[in-house]
Amino acid sequence: MSYWFRNDNRLPQARLAIASYIIVGMIGVLLLGFWKLQVIDADKYSSLAERNRVRYIPVIAPRGRMLDREGRVLVDNRPSFSVLLLRDDLAQVQKHLAGISEGLGIPLDDLHDQLNNAKNLPKFQPIIIKPDASPADVAFIESHRSDIPVLEMIPVHRRRYLPGGFFAHAAGYVGEVSEQQIEASNGRLRPGDFAGKSGLERQYNDLLQGTDGMRRVVVNSVGKEVDRLATQEAISGKQILLTIDYDLQQVAEQALGARPGAAVALDPRTGEVLAMVSHPTLDPNDFAVRISANDWKSLNEDRQKPLLNRAIQAQLAPGSVFKIVTATAMLEDKNPPESFTTFCPGYATFYGRQFKCYIYGKGSHGVAGLHKAVLESCDIFFYNVGMRLGIDRLSYYGSKFGLGRKTGIDLPEELAGLMPSAEWVERVYHRKWYAGETISVAIGQGAVITTPLQLARMIGGIASGGVFKQPHLLKDALNVGEERVALSEATVEKITDAMYGVVNEEGGTARNVRLPGIEVSGKSGTAQVIGYATREKFGKQKKFEDNAWFVGYAPRRNPEIVVAVLVQESGKHGGEAAGPVVKEVIKAYYDKKNKKTQGQETAESKQPDPRNTPARVAATAPRSALKPEESAAVVPARASAEPRR
Amino acid sequence: MKDAPGTRDYDWLLLAILAAICALGVIEIYSATHGSTLSGMHMKQVRWLVIGFVLMFALSRLDYHLILDQAPALYLLGITALIAVLLVGHTRFGAKRWINVPGIGELLQVSELVKLIIIIVLARFFAEVRSDQLDLRDLIKAGLLVGVPLVLILKQPDLGTALVLIPLLVVGAFLAGLQWQHAAAFSLAGILLVGAVFYPPVSRRILKPYQRERITSFLHPEEDAKGSGYQLLQSKIAVGSGGFWGKGFSNGSQNQLGYIPVRYSDFIMSAWAEEQGFKGVLLALGLYMALLLRLVQNAQRAKDRAGMFLVMGVAAALGFHVLVNVAMVIGAMPVTGIPLPLMSYGGSATLFVFLAIGLVMNVRLRRFVN
Repeated sequence: MSYWFRNDNRLPQARLAIASYIIVGMIGVLLLGFWKLQVIDADKYSSLAERNRVRYIPVIAPRGRMLDREGRVLVDNRPSFSVLLLRDDLAQVQKHLAGISEGLGIPLDDLHDQLNNAKNLPKFQPIIIKPDASPADVAFIESHRSDIPVLEMIPVHRRRYLPGGFFAHAAGYVGEVSEQQIEASNGRLRPGDFAGKSGLERQYNDLLQGTDGMRRVVVNSVGKEVDRLATQEAISGKQILLTIDYDLQQVAEQALGARPGAAVALDPRTGEVLAMVSHPTLDPNDFAVRISANDWKSLNEDRQKPLLNRAIQAQLAPGSVFKIVTATAMLEDKNPPESFTTFCPGYATFYGRQFKCYIYGKGSHGVAGLHKAVLESCDIFFYNVGMRLGIDRLSYYGSKFGLGRKTGIDLPEELAGLMPSAEWVERVYHRKWYAGETISVAIGQGAVITTPLQLARMIGGIASGGVFKQPHLLKDALNVGEERVALSEATVEKITDAMYGVVNEEGGTARNVRLPGIEVSGKSGTAQVIGYATREKFGKQKKFEDNAWFVGYAPRRNPEIVVAVLVQESGKHGGEAAGPVVKEVIKAYYDKKNKKTQGQETAESKQPDPRNTPARVAATAPRSALKPEESAAVVPARASAEPRR
Repeated sequence: MKDAPGTRDYDWLLLAILAAICALGVIEIYSATHGSTLSGMHMKQVRWLVIGFVLMFALSRLDYHLILDQAPALYLLGITALIAVLLVGHTRFGAKRWINVPGIGELLQVSELVKLIIIIVLARFFAEVRSDQLDLRDLIKAGLLVGVPLVLILKQPDLGTALVLIPLLVVGAFLAGLQWQHAAAFSLAGILLVGAVFYPPVSRRILKPYQRERITSFLHPEEDAKGSGYQLLQSKIAVGSGGFWGKGFSNGSQNQLGYIPVRYSDFIMSAWAEEQGFKGVLLALGLYMALLLRLVQNAQRAKDRAGMFLVMGVAAALGFHVLVNVAMVIGAMPVTGIPLPLMSYGGSATLFVFLAIGLVMNVRLRRFVN
């Protein structure tokens, strides 16, 4: 039918046989390829498959809360989301970096830096590139799950502090760990983790910080979680109970108001810190996520130094509060004898130099013995006492009472102040001590500088008969330190009588601090920032105004509460500027105590969470003896800032 | 000259091998897609297989000499269809390869049909060479016959299918008595071409960006995450992690979680290797080897040269498919888009294989007729 049948010779069979060999060879080579992958390299590819499949997502442990002594919340957490960058596949990360930068509003350089910082970590550990995701960020990540598979979100807990900088300095703040912290943590901390940076947050970081867990999940090729393998639960941080009394803290915060300064309330019997205030304050909520470099810079450069916890870091001349040291030294050393008196014409001359009493130009203290000199805070008397005692004895007693040393409070930033001595000038300035310097130190001027906490501890300790308890903020503190200074009963009696007189007797410098029915005692101090001569040279300037001190306590012997208040640059006398703050706190303390002893605690326990109610002084002291007008008049003391001098 | 071969003359062993391979394919397509939005795909594949079987038997009834008689017409039809595709074809996955066939309602990949036509055309051409030596003129003629559709298919662009035409020519020429000088010359040209493709300054001029990317990612898979290098890497991970025994049916993480690209089609061997392990690969490749060897055997028993060329053309096409696809799955070749015959999901490709086997049956059925 066609020409095909004419061609019936067949192909040489050998060529077909060759084709068969080629087929066998080809299949053999392919099988070798499979053998290599599936048998020789099987383990390698198994682990690669596992890494594909399994993702490690950290479960962040919530930090422990901080509660006041009655269990009221001072610091807790709020829920938030952190954005994670998964780094298992670096090429993938690099590819999407620009998109991520744009979508989340993180500068590209920032991302590169963060990746660089983490390059020594295991690859399966993701890094946190945005700690507090906004709703827009969450939407961006959700909508790009499939095309940007390297992003993940985890629920985290952010620190929430009370608003308005309440208790801010002592509480401290958390921040991203620094490289040093990471190194020091033995692998507990990773870049992007949060840890306490200051205050109690730092001091008790190990307690507060829990242990993060890890979730192993199976993800598909577009990064969607399809299964959960195992979860290593996060272990929450421990909550810590503080010695702080929210009510007293509240009163102290309000009473100090906007003035720069500090207030510390201690229970000298135990060393418990009842309140600790430093103003101006800062809002640690701003730091709870990530503070911008600019904000941080401006906080650091602020002349008001809001980062400073003045209660433990303001090292200033204690002024007349130091006279308690001088007076105690005099009584203990009996030099000069107790009967010693001076006449105060407003000034005196020592070593050829004139030293003024603060009353200079306004009158005279007349003839004064110890009691009157403390009451009226006559400088001339203490100049003379100081001259007789000499710097060694003043320094001895000052140091005994804790000046120039850290109190050991459980805060990492505490400063020691300075109690000068002959040895100290020798060591630091390589010169001899000038006898004239002693005159200044005797009234708390010159080189002596103290913190409010040191003064509170010192006055509380002396009034307790020489028992100095280590101040602390952790309620269940183990091993509270105690120092005993042997003071004679007569000395303690006379000193406490004098401090009672300061508040309660005619002529006392702090009569305004009196409280009916309460033996408020204390000592005022008005410390010069600069010498009289310098002030005359520069004229009257706000920054050269005197610092006002008042350290008050109650009752007059073995006090339950001691309050040290510093009001900086007030331009007013210590009793006048700082005294009312002390008075408010002591009053609040007793109001509360009386209410409790009267068995009317029920209202207290019903009190709502403090964060929901902007607590007022009146609210915590409903049975106050003070009339509302009076209470209002005390609080805005700063309104009448007319200098007294 | 009508003959009516009986069912006894069909190559039942070949059909058994074929059925076994198809079964593996359907099983793996089911495993790869049952839990996803693509579930039910294995039934679609079964439908294609059934259609394929019917077409195969239909084609086997028609004397292949009649088909060879129509070779020039078929060739023209093929070229026309390729040009039509370029003009009015449907674009899918960035390439114009499909044409709507009225009545079927499915888009057919014309180049699959063209492969079949080229097998027929080459069989006729080489059968007409009346000596055991292929001279240069005939070789160039054969080259031109293949070259025209090859260029048209490259235009679509479909590098994979275009490449399949080359072994058809090579195997045909070899069997027709290729002289070693010519072989050497053409090998050299081929090597130069391949070299050029892998040499960036030249490849930039002659290859499409996606083709260049595939070559780059083949050479450096790590540099191109989520691109085609990623596909090769994921395929290797799937194969390697399967180990000797495999992870078990529908239990391969790479497969089930979608890390293997087009796991039901071009990369089905990857999914199979992951879930069934080396033992499964041994079975699958063993079946392919049996299939190919059985084809060669059929060629040996063919009554005439034309029949031999026809069968060997089919063997060359299938063998090349298996080689290129499986080598890609183990990361030894770039991604070319060549499916694994009978296992990969796909209508046109499946029909091509069955029609090709139909030709083989045709030749076998007539081996005793004279």
